[in-house]
Amino acid sequence: MSQVPASPAPADDDMHDEPVPMMQQLIDNPFLLLFLGVAMPTVLYIVWGVMEIVGIPIAK
Amino acid sequence: MAVNRNFRTCPSSGLVFHEPAEKLIRWNAVAGVVSLLVGGVLALLVTLTRWPAVKLLPPDWFYLALTAHGLDMLVFWIIFFEIAVLYFAASTLLKCRLATPKVAWVAFWLMIVGALTNNFAVFKGDSSVMFTSYVPMGAHPLFYLGLILFAVGALVACFVFFGTLVVGKAEKTYNGSIPLVTFGAVTAAIIAVFTIAAGAIILIPTFLWSVGLVSHIDSLMYRTVWWAFGHSSQQINVAAHVSVWYAIAAIVFGAKPMSEKVSRTAFVLYILFLQLASAHHLLADPGLTSNWKIFNTSYAMYLAVLASMVHGLTVPGAIEVAQREKGFNKGFFEWLRKAPWGNPSFSGMFISLVGFGFLGGISGVMMGTEQLNLIIHNTIYVPGHFHATVVVGTTLAFMALTYFLIPTLFRREVMFPGMAKWQPYVYGLGMCSFSVFMMGAGTLGVPRRHWDMAFSGAILPHEFPGTAYLMMGIMAVSGIAAVIGGGMYLAITVGSVFFGKKIQTPDFKHVPVRQGMAPAPVPVAAAPSGHGSIGIGGFVAPGTFVLAMIFLTSFILYYFVNWKYLSTVWPLK
Repeated sequence: MSQVPASPAPADDDMHDEPVPMMQQLIDNPFLLLFLGVAMPTVLYIVWGVMEIVGIPIAK
Repeated sequence: MAVNRNFRTCPSSGLVFHEPAEKLIRWNAVAGVVSLLVGGVLALLVTLTRWPAVKLLPPDWFYLALTAHGLDMLVFWIIFFEIAVLYFAASTLLKCRLATPKVAWVAFWLMIVGALTNNFAVFKGDSSVMFTSYVPMGAHPLFYLGLILFAVGALVACFVFFGTLVVGKAEKTYNGSIPLVTFGAVTAAIIAVFTIAAGAIILIPTFLWSVGLVSHIDSLMYRTVWWAFGHSSQQINVAAHVSVWYAIAAIVFGAKPMSEKVSRTAFVLYILFLQLASAHHLLADPGLTSNWKIFNTSYAMYLAVLASMVHGLTVPGAIEVAQREKGFNKGFFEWLRKAPWGNPSFSGMFISLVGFGFLGGISGVMMGTEQLNLIIHNTIYVPGHFHATVVVGTTLAFMALTYFLIPTLFRREVMFPGMAKWQPYVYGLGMCSFSVFMMGAGTLGVPRRHWDMAFSGAILPHEFPGTAYLMMGIMAVSGIAAVIGGGMYLAITVGSVFFGKKIQTPDFKHVPVRQGMAPAPVPVAAAPSGHGSIGIGGFVAPGTFVLAMIFLTSFILYYFVNWKYLSTVWPLK
């Protein structure tokens, strides 16, 4: 295993040199997705919904 | 190192199983199937009670059976199996060890204790509060405690899954991005984390209310937060079963997604928007504004619907391309006609896909439209819709995957192969018909969850047309067919796992990872630049395109038919 074939090495280097697109970086980060996947419904569904319920005037 | 890193390579599939992960996958899958058995027996009782000509159970037993059926099917069966899918998608597909197996066992036992506690509370008879358990209707404290324990266990299992992703990346068991099926499992796990957190936010105070430590829980607040748990738990299923579709397409056909980018983007749309659809349960509730309702159910939900349509197009598209490349390239549908319809993994997956899209998907969009929702709100249309999504979509996809897992994971030959060929048809078509007739009866106003649709003895009786009774009868007969299909599945799986012929694994051995068993990273092959000369008129998947057009036409027609129907039931002049 100590000998590395000559031809694949440049390809590997090319692979590492190629910048990873931003969208792919986002998609490849499960913890960032986890944050977004929890934050979005928490804000848009739960927080917004609860604020609307809390804002209902109480009958006198 | 005390870490157990034993691996087994399956000789038939080439999959690499980490032994502790394999054991956990098996136990979670078995726990799921046991829940399915209990829920299936209850399904028969509920169906026979809602059949107006039979009315099997008295009212108190009916509500008890319906509560237990909902929880055993929608929560316990599906989430146990989903945890098995998560471990499989992380450890097996990434060829890496499972992170913290001991913690995963703690999670498993928490889930078991939670499921048993909850079932005990329901079968004791004082917790017939339905799956939704709306306050101020109160259940025994053990009911909530069981759900909380189960949810904590499932949450811990999700973090074991995320930990396994970290292990795979750190130990370089894969290159570049995780496989698409694992990405789908990540989507399911993310939705699960939100779901379980929302469950905790509402179920913990409700538990405290049930033991007298909290004096009051606002019913609208409960409903709003509870549905973030109740509906999102079904969105975990959607992400999980779509992943299973991709997996089965790859396993059976060697199919590759038509576009990884598009499929992954569709999963991201699920992550961002799918949970918001929970709001459609509250469309008839006062107190929440139309802004909140319409944003969550229309603008946001349609993006998630778009994602489902992408998956519904790319999975059969990938299968079509794979089939055409194998030579089934004549006309629009040779690839489909010559698909392995006798292979239950394929037939189950395909019926799941079509049923989910045509029945569950279209009806879901209709229900999620604020105005149209009024036609069917709280009618039996609603369970018709979710039996199409959760049962035809998720359960059938999981059943299809089981036929692959029996030989690879349990190392047993599938028993009763003739019965296995028919099982997806009996179950899938029975359940499709069940859903259709439920939705039909719901459109005529038949209420959901009601023991007696005739309202016998009520002060204000309501006379449904004969068609409604006919539909409820056909629904029940279809339900019995589906229960028979479910029984076939249980006979095959339980028979195979416990009594099936053992498959010997010649190269099975325990090898420490330092001796070289941690799989070396394999460079990802370059994507093919084209599909050669397959397809028609420049389309590589013309058959799928035709199917997509049929779907869109049905979608549009059904949508506008309902607007027309709304104008007749709600005449404004």
